[in-house]
Amino acid sequence: MTAHAAWVKSERQAERERLRRKRSVRSSSIATTSTVLLIVLLVWVFTNSPGWPRVQETFFNPEQFVKALPDVLSGFLLNIKIFLIAEPLILIVGLLVALARNLKAPAFFPLRALAVAYTDIFRGVPTILVIYLVGFGLPALGLQGMPTDLATLGVIALTLSYGAYVAEVFRAGIDSVHPSQWAAARSLGLSHGRTMRYVVVPQAARRVVPPLLNDFVSLQKDTALVATIGPLEALRQAQIHAASTFNYTPYLAAALLFILLTIPMARFTDYLAARSQRRRGQ
Amino acid sequence: MSLLTIEGVWKNYHGNSVLRGVDLSVDAHEVVCLIGASGSGKSTLLRCVNLLETVDDGVIYLDGDELTDVRVDVDQARRRMGIVFQAFNLFPHMTVLDNITLAPRKVHKVGRGQAEEEARELLARFGLADKAGAYPDRLSGGQQQRVAIIRALATRPSLMLLDEVTSALDPALVKEVLEIIRELKEGGMTMILTTHEMGFCREIADTVCFLDGGVLLERGSPEQIFTDPREPRTREFLRSVLDSRRL
Repeated sequence: MTAHAAWVKSERQAERERLRRKRSVRSSSIATTSTVLLIVLLVWVFTNSPGWPRVQETFFNPEQFVKALPDVLSGFLLNIKIFLIAEPLILIVGLLVALARNLKAPAFFPLRALAVAYTDIFRGVPTILVIYLVGFGLPALGLQGMPTDLATLGVIALTLSYGAYVAEVFRAGIDSVHPSQWAAARSLGLSHGRTMRYVVVPQAARRVVPPLLNDFVSLQKDTALVATIGPLEALRQAQIHAASTFNYTPYLAAALLFILLTIPMARFTDYLAARSQRRRGQ
Repeated sequence: MSLLTIEGVWKNYHGNSVLRGVDLSVDAHEVVCLIGASGSGKSTLLRCVNLLETVDDGVIYLDGDELTDVRVDVDQARRRMGIVFQAFNLFPHMTVLDNITLAPRKVHKVGRGQAEEEARELLARFGLADKAGAYPDRLSGGQQQRVAIIRALATRPSLMLLDEVTSALDPALVKEVLEIIRELKEGGMTMILTTHEMGFCREIADTVCFLDGGVLLERGSPEQIFTDPREPRTREFLRSVLDSRRL
């Protein structure tokens, strides 16, 4: 090969890059300015509304905030616990139901029908109703060994409700794997189950990570719905404080905690989506 | 004056230089054929001209306007040329007619009636009149690639860039695509194409350029390149291509 000179940046290219840098500085300063302007405008609109002093007193009371925070925070730990236990259970239920819906053999019809019925019912019933029904209905059966702990019942209810959504996400992922992958695996002599296990599900799982994380962000905040059957989690603690003082600042404390929990998850989802976008671009 | 002028173009990816100071000028109505092994930078050069890649150094002028100017409106610049890819890249959710009329209607603001009329004329000219309402997945590879070429033509570009347009096709379907390109040449279209079809390249090109490791090593008439290449690398490349043909 001909020995060619290494790249020496030309004057023109240096000028070009200078111009690009100048532009990027300009566009970020425009972004900053317009953001600041918008925030100032929003704050002005709120603080100048006629009811602002009342709202500020009821929702943004620093004293009440400090007083309620420890209790709300300790309640919030229960939310995190519920979430951390429910999440793996949901993944398992979701995947099993999705796999059951993909069983083609006639002998498995009852299983398939059950899976369809399950997703139809639990996607149709509002989560809060599921929590009510499980929370008050299951213990009322009086069965031996039935858990009566409210948080456990909450976990069961959330698992039932979210499992149905996650099953559909998994199923979409499984369906999105191209039929040629099935053909290639089956032609190697792999059974339906092995094809699923080694070829289809691994590909599907990668694709469904962003939508799954989205469901989990939603699950994190829906742990607050468990408050309706009584365990002392963040929202319930905030309610107790609010009920004794008629000040709603504790709710704000609970909201802040939920936001703090969901934001990292949301950014992580964005990151994963951007990464898969980049990979496809190459 | 030449229609397209490329001067000292460099393109680096992750520390590797894919183009190493390429100079090339293309006159109006000239057909330039880029040959070279995979990875020699042929496609990257076309993508740089279409501004799908940003050059890391050097300049590209189209009709006297600098395309590589930082302030250039990329969309505006691209309107003046058509590019056709190896993998067709037709929009699968649109009919053939909608694929072709999309850019004229949405970018060039031609009315639907006129755009469709022109599209049908082009389709008829290239023997695809009956496919106007079909979706791309109903067409053969050759037909899809012909539609892709027509789609690029519909915006009346002054320059056509054809990137390995026959590489994804069955040998039996290559002919119909080459036929279109031949017709375009007769119509006076300025074209730059990359290809592995040496016979076709020899027949259609006014100028053949051999790229090797991101360097435009040799440039000449097809006659000269194919019968009397000056550079040993060119000779080697042509011999390996011919050998693989004989197998």
